[in-house]
Amino acid sequence: MEHKNWQGFCDGAWKNEINVRDFIQTNYKEYREDGSFLAKATPRTESLMKKLQSLFALERQYGGVLDIDTTTVSSLTSYAPGYIDKDNEIIVGMQTNRPLRRGVNPFGGIRMARQACAAYGYSLSTKVEEEFRYRTTHNDGVFRAYTDEMRAARKCHVITGLPDAYGRGRIIGDYRRVALYGIDRLIEEKKKDKRLLADEVCDATHIRLSEELYQQITFLGYLKEMAAMYGFDISGPASNAREAIQWTYFAYLGAIKEQNGAAMSLGRVSTFFDIYIERDMERGILTEEGAQELMDDFVMKLRIARHLRTPEYNELFGGDPMWITEVVGGMGEDGRTLVTKSSFRMLNTLYTLGSSPEPNLTVLWSVDLPEGFKSFCAKVSIDTDSIQYENDDIMRPIYGDDYAIACCVSAMKVGKQMQFFGARCNLAKLLLIALNGGYDASSQMHIGPQMPVMKGDRLDFNEVMARFDVYIAWLSHLYVNTMNTIHYMHDKYAYEKTQMALHDTEVDRFMAFGIAGLSVVADSLSAIRYASVRPILNEDGFITDFETVGAFPKFGNDDDRVDLIAADMTHRVITELRKTPTYRDAIHTLSVLTITSNVMYGKNTGATPDGRKACAPFAPGANPMHNREENGALASLNSVAKLSYDDCRDGISNTFSITPDALGHNDGERRTNLVAILDGYFSKKAHHINVNVMNRETLMKAYEDPESYPNLTIRVSGYAVNFNKLSREQQREVIQRTFHETV
Amino acid sequence: MSNQRIVGRVHSIQSMGTVDGPGIRFVVFLQGCPLRCGCCHNPDTWDVGGGTPYEPAELAERASRYREYFGNTGGITVSGGEPLLQAAFVRELFTLCHEKGIHTCLDTSGCLLTPEVEALLAVTDRILLDVKYASDDLYRKHVGCGLDGPLRFLAYADRMGIPTTLRQVIIPTLNDSEADVRSLRRLAETHSCVDKVELLPFRKICQVKYDGMGITFPFGHLPEPSREVMDGLRGLLDGLDEAY
Repeated sequence: MEHKNWQGFCDGAWKNEINVRDFIQTNYKEYREDGSFLAKATPRTESLMKKLQSLFALERQYGGVLDIDTTTVSSLTSYAPGYIDKDNEIIVGMQTNRPLRRGVNPFGGIRMARQACAAYGYSLSTKVEEEFRYRTTHNDGVFRAYTDEMRAARKCHVITGLPDAYGRGRIIGDYRRVALYGIDRLIEEKKKDKRLLADEVCDATHIRLSEELYQQITFLGYLKEMAAMYGFDISGPASNAREAIQWTYFAYLGAIKEQNGAAMSLGRVSTFFDIYIERDMERGILTEEGAQELMDDFVMKLRIARHLRTPEYNELFGGDPMWITEVVGGMGEDGRTLVTKSSFRMLNTLYTLGSSPEPNLTVLWSVDLPEGFKSFCAKVSIDTDSIQYENDDIMRPIYGDDYAIACCVSAMKVGKQMQFFGARCNLAKLLLIALNGGYDASSQMHIGPQMPVMKGDRLDFNEVMARFDVYIAWLSHLYVNTMNTIHYMHDKYAYEKTQMALHDTEVDRFMAFGIAGLSVVADSLSAIRYASVRPILNEDGFITDFETVGAFPKFGNDDDRVDLIAADMTHRVITELRKTPTYRDAIHTLSVLTITSNVMYGKNTGATPDGRKACAPFAPGANPMHNREENGALASLNSVAKLSYDDCRDGISNTFSITPDALGHNDGERRTNLVAILDGYFSKKAHHINVNVMNRETLMKAYEDPESYPNLTIRVSGYAVNFNKLSREQQREVIQRTFHETV
Repeated sequence: MSNQRIVGRVHSIQSMGTVDGPGIRFVVFLQGCPLRCGCCHNPDTWDVGGGTPYEPAELAERASRYREYFGNTGGITVSGGEPLLQAAFVRELFTLCHEKGIHTCLDTSGCLLTPEVEALLAVTDRILLDVKYASDDLYRKHVGCGLDGPLRFLAYADRMGIPTTLRQVIIPTLNDSEADVRSLRRLAETHSCVDKVELLPFRKICQVKYDGMGITFPFGHLPEPSREVMDGLRGLLDGLDEAY
């Protein structure tokens, strides 16, 4: 097939099939130099950004939510077009009809929409209430099918944060397809796939898929309509860079109008855009300044994306995140780097527009990345604390070279794989439930297999492990069943029509489980093994505290005695999870990631044998517990690097904070040293790291005087937040984390 | 080597040092120091009796766990305390590190030059020599030894051609004059082994250590130098620094 808008592009399989990767591979130009070519923000960009800054300030003044449209149900075409400043925008499109006005999206659950409105002084209109009176939401469906035990596990917080009342997210549409092929071609291909289904047996699987394809085709049509409302015809391929970015953005915008998933990630667009930018430059119709403007305008749109959430939700996922994760860099399977000038331009938005948590810029790090790019990334990290790094060298062999990250650390091939998001279970609480023989002292509930409480003067490590295994097996089975219920219902009542239309029809699925409190459990088991731990019982005969005497190795010191306990825990959990089959034959995966829920998980967990007090926060993700690292930063990194990505295919999150002085004497040294740290850490087969280069004092000042630090950005756990958008409790926890300092 | 096992006394380990030698360093702080510098920020390393015992192989193995982070410039740094007090131990540690391809760096006052120390320097890739003052008087008053020791040490390093960084902690009223820094510069210029000079600001965050040990911080009454003073003094070294 040919199209006039493809003139100047090299031929490839991509012309005859939907294959964006092939288009990129046959057309992109790698860039191996440094960032000196980059342009600054134009006056137009600066004035538009100024408007946004004042809107952000207003949003803060209004308690975090500027405005809610309570009468319209969010969908692709339900709002009139909205603008920041119509005449000065290069890329257009808004979730509702005004910037920062939030829409309501009750498809996941009407109760949550109602509560979210109420939390900000609004009430959901009777119009919307009426519309949903006879409609089953995802949330309704799930609770119809939940068993008593699932409800109990949820209630006592041993499994928490499940996507049973809102959109599950963590699905990345291949938004680039709209730019490369146009809507009509995509519809045509989907219709072809649907026709092919006629040859199959009409069983539940094929009937479901057939209906899904019908919905996908319908929503591709809506997407075209939505663009038309803004004056664009996206039925054919984009003809230049501006259109390519605009078409791609429309596709993403359609997805976030339709779905309020927790993480609505973007994918891998920079190098794709670069091909169009290069073509325009060769044609003499685009300058470097113009290219940066396009990127800036696109990123500004991403920075104003919002969903309406409840306070309870914010406790889990603090800072109002969208996880508009864009991966940058990485290597190709043929050995060329996928770094292009537009990889730099994307990162450069942190200078042209200032630092920001969104989009969630994620560098795919390889030791083979060009030195100029490595050094530029390090500079951006040191200056802005806004980017995270993930190990391309361990992911590329599994996912190829056109994968992206959903949310924080979840890898998937763009347009070919998706995941069923499953939040996480509280492993530390599970250990306490096991010791108490099926009793959760925090919620005073009996749950799980009922056994005698483990009493005595000293807990025996082997006995504890044998007991823990029983409970891990019990919880794993329950966890998989719960997830199956949730995702069955989500597919049934809140299927992602736009996003799945931008996937291949035959898609691979992951079911992503998670654990919280790994370092608490590792240190607790280490204490039981190497020190002496005596359980302290309450008057009802249940353990509520521990007396721990003697020293024991702690996770975060590069000490195998405890680090291997942590690695072994992840292996035990994923092994048990795999024993229960999943909905739609999804592949079981596991993450060690908490977002900001480590505070909430801690709050709901009693004292632990490692000496952690009842209700004290856990460390985030796979981090060692705060301030237990005695041998400095690299020892801490090495401990985390021992967790196996084979066991934790949904990602292992590590958040690393270091003071500028500890990183080197001057800017040059700091950049070189940060590059060396990243090269070393990822050579150890570690998966992920958030880098903050800052002093604790800055955070303490921002805590006391938030007004003076309106744009302070900090990486917390797989994503970045505006520090001021965290709750006071979350802020205090972030301040207490280990900051690696000079000695 | 003799059959006798050498054991070192280690105060602490810092897996990531960026300020004690080039690049990323695995830093071992040894226990025990014969000097009593008034500005010392590690009084807890003085006692020669304390510390955790380590065998050289054990420490070399630990250092090698960080090889991936060292790149082309980093490596191990042994500091203290005064590492020259345990020269035989450090020599064996450095020898093992060399076998693993790890760059070795010695952070010292240079107060001793025994045959054992000379043997240690034979396996030392870089010296960080802390030259505390320009005058023998100040040395005897605030360090507890004479200036001749460090000078002899530097001359030996120069003869052996061991790349050396000269360092000086700038302490207001004692060695913060331009003349002080000029004499340091002269020292650098007259010893071709010196390829870098670092001025470090005197800091008082160690006060808590002294308080905890129940002893007086001798320089507790002195102020920390301002950034401007440090920048001004560093300006006197312009044109001297070579990159590592």
